[in-house]
Amino acid sequence: MKANKVWKKVAGMGLVLMLSATALAGCGGDKTSEGAASGGQSTGAAGAGTIAKMKERDKFVVGVKYDLNLFGLKDPATGNVEGLDIDIAKAIAKKVLGDENKIELKEVTSKTRIPMLKNGEIDAIIATMTITEERKKEVDFSDVYFLAGQSLLVKKDSSINGIKDLQKGMKVLTAKGSTSAKNIRASAPDAEILEFENYAEAFTALKAGQGDALTTDNALLYGMAKQDPNYRVTEETFTEEPYGIAISKGDAEFVKTVNDLLKEMKENGEYDKIYEKWIGEKPKK
Amino acid sequence: MIDFSILIDHWDMYLEGFGNTLKASLLALIGSFVLGTIFAIFRISPIRPLNWIGAAFVEFIRNIPLILVVFLFFVGLPAIGIVLNPFLAGTMGLTVYTAAFIAETIRAGIQAVPKGQTEAARSSGLTYLQTMRYVILPQAIKVVIPPMGNQFINLVKNSSVLGVIAGLDLMYFGDLIAADTFVTFDVYIFVGLFYLILTLPLSSFVSYLERRLAKGR
Repeated sequence: MKANKVWKKVAGMGLVLMLSATALAGCGGDKTSEGAASGGQSTGAAGAGTIAKMKERDKFVVGVKYDLNLFGLKDPATGNVEGLDIDIAKAIAKKVLGDENKIELKEVTSKTRIPMLKNGEIDAIIATMTITEERKKEVDFSDVYFLAGQSLLVKKDSSINGIKDLQKGMKVLTAKGSTSAKNIRASAPDAEILEFENYAEAFTALKAGQGDALTTDNALLYGMAKQDPNYRVTEETFTEEPYGIAISKGDAEFVKTVNDLLKEMKENGEYDKIYEKWIGEKPKK
Repeated sequence: MIDFSILIDHWDMYLEGFGNTLKASLLALIGSFVLGTIFAIFRISPIRPLNWIGAAFVEFIRNIPLILVVFLFFVGLPAIGIVLNPFLAGTMGLTVYTAAFIAETIRAGIQAVPKGQTEAARSSGLTYLQTMRYVILPQAIKVVIPPMGNQFINLVKNSSVLGVIAGLDLMYFGDLIAADTFVTFDVYIFVGLFYLILTLPLSSFVSYLERRLAKGR
């Protein structure tokens, strides 16, 4: 618990730094030059790119989620963060630095992860991040490392079985800044969408009766349903959500390294092992 | 430079957020003033059990973070079967939280009036309530205005807690716009400006009251 507090402080300081960095970049000029300036800044700070930076400090600093069962979840008993995303991060550390324990995890949310990567606070984002065209303008993505689809989490006895059952006035909960929020707005325009700081809070709100359904990628919903058997995941998925590893814009070397590794892991069965360990079934081919 | 297209493109979101922040602030301002006054009276009343209730309320509420008070209404009440929408739950949490500070401010103001005033009033035959109404409160109000103004300004800014529970206030929409555009800094600059639209007039109104009451002294 104490460590958690310290971490929050660090995160707070990070935020302050982030804001001042954005402020400085903002002074640079109009919007386009701002993007160029901050892009140049991050590669400038990285020198010869992320891999060189990692080797120099002998550590892979990676942004992961701490509140997502199966992907990145902090075990309150041990303080360890565990999940599929973390196992992928370990594999990258092993490939680049030769030791899977040379990682430093930093908690990110859907809201903070892109600014943190752009500031150079983290080397990569492995946080159930969907690859979108809009995000590709901000960061580079690796190949897909997990293919999820958006679905709904509802009470066991709920009449909602899919997106078509969402009627006017029904409340659907999700997290701020997520693709899920955008998708549900488009697919269920009649429903009222409420966005929370993270999925843990959205789930708390759902349990408190503040909404009729919670929506995000099914992979995450399964984790929640596992935690509280009063809830179930509807069968239908209404989107395809390819998860990618986000890397600083323009760092082609690191992207290639990660892609080679992913391919390697899929070929030698290491990926299937990690997938089954967390999701409970073999990946669909 | 600051990117004004963000403000223009998301004008309706900013406006809805601003409206709800204004509504939450007004409701909480009135509510916390009434509730705070009641608890201040509890704290100084000659009836012992009321003292205890007043002290318990103030010490419990003002010594926990605002967000917890809000969660009490947002997820605590549903546990006993009362579900309030996020806006109402947030506004009620804000009201109760601010009331604890208002109660202390008013109590301090009343107790700042020298005891001799009460004694003199009571010995001239005024009842307890009359003493309060005609002698103590008019003097206390002058002492209370500046710190009370502070509390109300804090209240407006604290209303940003609604953003955390999807209370559809300025901060909530600010978060959504920031997540949408990735231009974090500029988005929150505009959020800050909207808060200033509320707090600056409030601030100068408090200064005005202070000046006016100082003349009457």
